[in-house]
Amino acid sequence: MDDLRKRAKELIDTSAVKVVIGYEQGTGNKTRALFVENSEVADKLIFDSRCVQNLAAYVTKQEVKSKGKMAITATLPVMRAIIQLASEFQVNDDNLIVIGITPESKIIDFKNLEEVETYVHQFQIEIDARNREILDKLDKMTPSERWKFWIDELSPCFKCYACRAACPMCYCSRCTVDFNRPQWIPVSSNELGNLEWHFMRAMHLTGRCVDCDACANACPLAIPINLLTKKMIEDAKSDFGGYQPSLKGENLLSTFKPDDKENFIQ
Amino acid sequence: MNIERRLVRKDSLEKLFDILRQNKKTVFAPVMKNGKASFKPVGSFSSIAEDYIQTTQSSKEVIFPRVEKFLDYEKNGKEVSIKGFDYQSVTETVLWGVRPCDTIGFGTLNSIFNWDFKDEIFNARLSKTIILSFSCNKSDDYCFCTSVGGNPGSTAGSDILFTKLGADGDYLAEVVTEKGQAIVALASELFEKTESVEKEKFLANVPVKFNQEEIRKKLEKFFKSSQWVEQSLKCLGCGACAFVCPTCACFDIQDDAHGKIGSRMRCWDSCGYSQFTVHTSGHNPRSVQSQRWRQRIMHKFSYMPERLSVYGCTGCGRCSRACPADMNILEHLISIQEVKI
Repeated sequence: MDDLRKRAKELIDTSAVKVVIGYEQGTGNKTRALFVENSEVADKLIFDSRCVQNLAAYVTKQEVKSKGKMAITATLPVMRAIIQLASEFQVNDDNLIVIGITPESKIIDFKNLEEVETYVHQFQIEIDARNREILDKLDKMTPSERWKFWIDELSPCFKCYACRAACPMCYCSRCTVDFNRPQWIPVSSNELGNLEWHFMRAMHLTGRCVDCDACANACPLAIPINLLTKKMIEDAKSDFGGYQPSLKGENLLSTFKPDDKENFIQ
Repeated sequence: MNIERRLVRKDSLEKLFDILRQNKKTVFAPVMKNGKASFKPVGSFSSIAEDYIQTTQSSKEVIFPRVEKFLDYEKNGKEVSIKGFDYQSVTETVLWGVRPCDTIGFGTLNSIFNWDFKDEIFNARLSKTIILSFSCNKSDDYCFCTSVGGNPGSTAGSDILFTKLGADGDYLAEVVTEKGQAIVALASELFEKTESVEKEKFLANVPVKFNQEEIRKKLEKFFKSSQWVEQSLKCLGCGACAFVCPTCACFDIQDDAHGKIGSRMRCWDSCGYSQFTVHTSGHNPRSVQSQRWRQRIMHKFSYMPERLSVYGCTGCGRCSRACPADMNILEHLISIQEVKI
């Protein structure tokens, strides 16, 4: 913790960045984002296993970005998100410094995003055992059982879009669901509208999702919407060989190769 | 009318529930799913959740649904035929297990929906709803009803308020309205006469944290404060706070069009969304999150008391519990109170 605070103070005091994004103790047993703009505030920085909100969601927010160069406390999923965002031209070495942090609270100093990428590439995106089991159960269901499962889970959704807001990859200034001329996705939160919204979101995240669970953690109704993106990660692996966020910008499902084995694309 | 006080034995609650069902009333009560309690139509007494501080969502959805269809239309050449709202579809509904911080909210919603325009659909639903509430015997750090004019045993807005007299005790039933009396008449043998009962000692202790009148006065000069920016920087701009709130009433009118047929409906909306105030021109008078957060607080603690003579917050704490970024309204109100102007 001391190392983290020291590093944050150093970055602020040397004017290397204008703001350090980290975690602080929140209310109840929650932790929350802290924006360190002067070194006294850095003493509030904490890090422990409760710090699971993906802070990368803030680096594309105009209110935070407009402060100037940022530094971010980044666990592995946050680092993955940063690399993905960099490949989509949302952040770069000129506007972001990454302070890596291991689960044991050890600080990793990265000189640039390339070093972050090298670190990230040591680890594959793997679905954890508990969710793996749920996905297996879903796979074994008949289509009608699976339909019932998703109708039951998704019908309470009231479309507050906390999932979208908490997701670092959902940074579009105007989301498809907000269009009304034409209206692609029904606005009302009825059964069909909810299904369409969550399926559309999962599709837009395929090949980009960093499996941080921010969407499910943000859901006030505790709907396990991350199962959809996890399933997409599995499918991307079995059908397309999997993916890792990469600075080269080769997004799994938006990259065209002339020698693609599928002939419909040629 | 004067509040009538009766005693309901703990075993009689289930009988009361069954009598309501036998009388063909739809009963909404808290049900537990994925560790969260929410109001659902229930058929059996045993499915009602007991051990929770507060439901995730308020019970406003029963009277102000997240989607309310106003009309269906069909275009036929130049003719348009319209089928309006079916008032017969609004049937008698009992809300069971509501907390006093929700029942008070129905009064607030009533002021909003009858401010200038009388919203007949809202009024039809409210008039057909019977509110059987339960006092709170426990609270958490997010609760602050006593700071906004409520209390854990408030009868305001209830038709009957039940207070559990001790951990394994019977219930004091306070019959507040004629609708409540009608319920007593359905099951009069379950509502025994009783001497006066001190219910206060059985209620949760919710300390007063701020003075809402002081906050209201302060807000008159607070519009340009830098606090809005500081408070809202971590806000992610979702609508969770508004959707779980018992008094948030903003909505959007949407059409669901399928060629020649379609319907028009009212859907919940939130001032936290970046698109909430976007003009057709593209201009957005609330272009950053701090302006949207300011609107939320100003609306509840300044504009509503000024225009409707009611505050827009019942202190239920749901918004703070639901927020994925830990925007805690109580914390923010206290910090507004502490600022010297």
